[in-house]
Order: sequence, then structure tokens, then C-alpha cells
Amino acid sequence: MAIADPPVPAVRTDSAHGLTVAFCIMVALLAVAPFVVYPVFLMQALCFALFACAFNLLVGYVGLLSFGHALFFGWASYLCAHAAKRWGLPPEAAVLFGTASAALLGLAAGFLAIRRQGIYFAMITLALAQMMYFVALRAPFTGGEDGIQDVPRGRLFGLFDLSHEKTMYAFVLVVVLAGFLFIYRVINSPFGEVLKAIRENETRAVSLGYRTERYKLLAFVLSAAVAGLAGALKALVFQLASLTDVYWTMSGEVVLMTLVGGLGTIFGPVVGAFLIVAMETYLAQLGQWVLVIQGAIFVVCVLAFRRGIVGELAALLRVKL
Amino acid sequence: MFEIFGIPSQALFGQLLIGLINGSFYALLSLGLAVIFGMLNVINFTHGAQYMMGAFAAYLLLQYLGLNYWAALIIVPLLVGATGIIVERLFLQYVRKLDHLYGLILTFGLALVIEGFFRNYFGSSGEPYQVPDALQGGHNLGFMFLPNYRAWVIVFSLIVCFATWFAIERTRLGSYLRAATENPTLVRAFGINVPRMVTLTYGFGVGLAALAGVMAAPIYNVSPQMGSDIIIVVFAVVVIGGMGSILGAIVTGFGLGIIEGLTKVFFPEASSTVIFVIMAIVLLIRPAGLFGRIA
Repeated sequence: MAIADPPVPAVRTDSAHGLTVAFCIMVALLAVAPFVVYPVFLMQALCFALFACAFNLLVGYVGLLSFGHALFFGWASYLCAHAAKRWGLPPEAAVLFGTASAALLGLAAGFLAIRRQGIYFAMITLALAQMMYFVALRAPFTGGEDGIQDVPRGRLFGLFDLSHEKTMYAFVLVVVLAGFLFIYRVINSPFGEVLKAIRENETRAVSLGYRTERYKLLAFVLSAAVAGLAGALKALVFQLASLTDVYWTMSGEVVLMTLVGGLGTIFGPVVGAFLIVAMETYLAQLGQWVLVIQGAIFVVCVLAFRRGIVGELAALLRVKL
Repeated sequence: MFEIFGIPSQALFGQLLIGLINGSFYALLSLGLAVIFGMLNVINFTHGAQYMMGAFAAYLLLQYLGLNYWAALIIVPLLVGATGIIVERLFLQYVRKLDHLYGLILTFGLALVIEGFFRNYFGSSGEPYQVPDALQGGHNLGFMFLPNYRAWVIVFSLIVCFATWFAIERTRLGSYLRAATENPTLVRAFGINVPRMVTLTYGFGVGLAALAGVMAAPIYNVSPQMGSDIIIVVFAVVVIGGMGSILGAIVTGFGLGIIEGLTKVFFPEASSTVIFVIMAIVLLIRPAGLFGRIA
């Protein structure tokens, strides 16, 4: 992949242009959307888009497939809900608290998981997430099967009443866009270049003097933190934190969203998240068939559509997206 | 009745027995995963679903064809193994050349499809499966009551594990298999049909999962989610043991089952997490796993 790329300067100017255009289109669409589409649906899709972007940072740019990202998403959601409801923290503080806890969890989980590579990494993350699922099931503050319900949205900075749907949407949109730009910045920083080098050839990166395990750990923590940010937001949007968000199916869903949109593309996870959330919303009456459809999409994507929607589009237009 | 560490012996040995039973299934399933991974370089996420298919196949054979447990024990692994061969031909052969993670994602998708189908047709509540007549009842050993069926599961799974170990480590066919795992190109140059061996290996691994499913049917309820419940624990078992060694997979499986059983007695709150905690500790001390080599 790296060999086939055109020389760097040409890509830089070209791709930066294409990316800016794509980003502007995305922001414009999202700004108009709540006047056309049900805002709660949009907010849900936005939270998942950010979650998928965080996951993509790891799988797309470091080559580490985490099968346990629900751990950070779900636990941040619980902790944010707990902070907002029982401690009465304002929404911005509750979200930050959830994000910071996810970063800490990411530090612990990442420290263990990066000790093994490839396929083992996926199994370890999955197992750790399952462990924390059982902890969530048993811990007194999570409310077991009921979850934490009626989480107050509160007033943002004491000024904006988030119980108003459009205000909440604006808040979610700003935070998600900030998270998106943050990830874009990370990917295009010197740090991000090292991550890509690790993805392409870790042994070589080590021989060049990079302490790759530190880079991988930091990438893991950043990814966990942003996934946590998404989970914390979702707790406020739905005013609920529940076991669904920490279960392994959630980890699978974020893999699906990113895969459909395009692994290792900037916009892919966003597109994938909107598609999958829409599919689940409109096909909800089909019950268990949704599971079959999701599984079939996985199979088709892996066999015939590995670049994903945005990846194919980028290849067609010959730009970086 | 007597007590050990303040725990009545009945409870202690009862949980040990449950631990051994769970351990048999961990061992059988992680063995299949290891054999498949060695040959196909794919972590078979569908393994849990195939174990569930085994249990359901036994249930359906009994319900609709009146075939009993003993017949199921032979027919089901062949039947489900055959579906495995189809899966390998239709899907898996195309991902072997790709990055490992695609194999994992593909088999995860297949697991969702299978589980979804079974949930649609059978709901998620689960169906009971009778213990076969010959193994009804049990023996009072003085310190505990041993149900015959459970004793059978432990003995039989040990036999199956040992037979698999023997077939792979001590027979000519097994030596081909091990050679093809090390260097498929070279083995192919010697005139051995490696692609067919790969297909059959997958079928065998899947058959092993189905066999475990048949054995599990009378103990747990036959339900669509029985596979996804166990497969994640088996992944942890595989991380702990490492996939380099057949014997290692067997020992780790049984050992962890026993530890889990003991945890149920002494610290029940932790019983569902103990295997994951052990995994974390092993990763800290011996990152390659107890029996593993760094790949």
C-alpha cells in the first residue's frame, strides 16, 4: 500500500483540498439535518460516528483490531450518567469525567493488550471487555439490568438548557466535530506518521529506534478516551446508561460501522455509523433478522468490499477521504 | 459430611465437578480453535456458533427423527463438520492470504448469521434435552453425589482430547498436518494436497465443536446464545495457554475450569470474571502464554 502511493507533496496539497471540501459538505449536511430528520436519531448516529472514528484510529492507522471497544464506550456512559445523576455534576463536567475514566481504563487495558500482537490482541481486548461487562452487571451503582435511568441533561455551563432537543443537538454536534478534528489532527501529526509506520512494518519501526509499544499504548489511550467521550454523550442524549453499551455486540457493531464505511479512511466511520444506525432503526421491527443482516454485511464486506464505501469512493475519485 | 476450610464437602466437590465439566468444554473448544488456527491462520469466531449448532442438531434429531443421544454423538459431528467444509470452501479459503483480522471479522459475521437464524426459529429461551437413559441417576461416593452423565462427559472428553493429541502428534497424517502448519509450500512440493488438508482440518475442528455441543446439550439448556456465551471465555483460555501446543490447550482448559469452580465456592462474586483476571495476570508475567511461543 505504501509503495503504490504517489510522492508525498502531490498528495498533501491534493488531498487537503478534497478533505476540506468533504468536511464542509459534512458540516453543512449535519447543520441542516435536524430540521429534516428526527434529532434523537441524528444524535445517536453522531455518537456512534465518533465512537467509530475512535475505533478507526486504532484499526485503520495502527493496525490493531480491538474487539472490546464497548468497554470504553459503555463504562464512560455509566460513569457520566452516575456523575450527572447522583453527584449532580453539570453536563460538561460529567462528560469530561466519563472521558477521563475511559482514558484510564484504556491505559490499563492497553497496557495488557499491547503485550501481544495480531489476533491475540483482538482476543485480549474482547476478553477484557467481557470481564468489565460482568463487573457492570454486578456493580451496585450500575443498576444491573435496569441501568441508570432518567439521567438529567442539565444546563451546559449553567447557560444552555440541554433538555431542549435542538440545543442538545448543537452541543452533540460541536463535541463530535471537535472529536473528529482531534482524531484527524492525531493521524496527520508526526506521531500519526509513526503509527502508520508501525502498521506497515513494526519491526522496521523498532529498528529505526522507535519505542513502538509506547506509541501503541498512547494511541490506545487516545482511542479509548474518544470512544469514552462518545459513550458519555450518548448517556446524556438518551438519559440512560445500560448493559447494551458494554456488551460484546456493541464492540461488534463498531467494527461493522467502520468496516462498511472504510477502514483507515477519515470519513468512512461517520458514513458507516449513519448507515448502520439507520438500518437498525428502520429494520427494528424485523427483530432477530437484524442480527442475520448484520452478519451478512460483515461477510460481504470482507469478501468483496474491503475498502468500504468511502474507500471505494476515494479510489474512484483518486483523492484521500 | 465433613468440612474443608469451613466449606461443606458436598458444596466443594459439587463445584469442583461443575468446574471439571466446564473445563472439558473449554478444553475441547480451545483444542479445535488451536488446530484450526495452526492450519488456516484464522481465529474461528464461528466456533461458538458451531458448538451451538451441535447442541441444536442433537435436539432436532431427537425431536423429529427420534435419533437418540448415542446416534447424535456420531452423526452430529459429521453433519456439522460437513457444514464447516462448505463454509471453508465458500468463504474462508478467500481470506487466508489476507491480514488475520479479516478472518476474525468474517467468522464473527458468520457467527451472527447463524445465531440470528436460530434465534428466529427457536426464540432465545432454550430447550431442554434429556439425559440418555443409560446415564440416568448417579452414585453416592460418600463425600459427594456424582451424576453418571457428568462423569461420562469428563471421561469422554478426556478420551477425545487424548485421541486428538495422539492423532496430531503421533500419527503419519498428523505429521503431514504439523509439517503443513510449519511450511505449506514445501509440503505441497512433496506432493501432498495441502488445500484439501486445510479444508478437512477445518471440518475436523468444527466437528469437534459440534461434539462438545452434543455433550453439553443435556447439561445446559440448548439455546441460541450458548455459543457466544462460551466462546469469549474460550478466547481467554486460548490467550492464557497459547495456541502453540495441543497438550497445553487441554491442560489449560481443564485447569481453568477447576479454578473457576473453586472460585464459585470461595468467592462467588468473582466466578464469572476469574478467568479474565487470570488472563490479565498471565499477560503481565508471561506475555506469550503458559505454553506459547512468541509468534
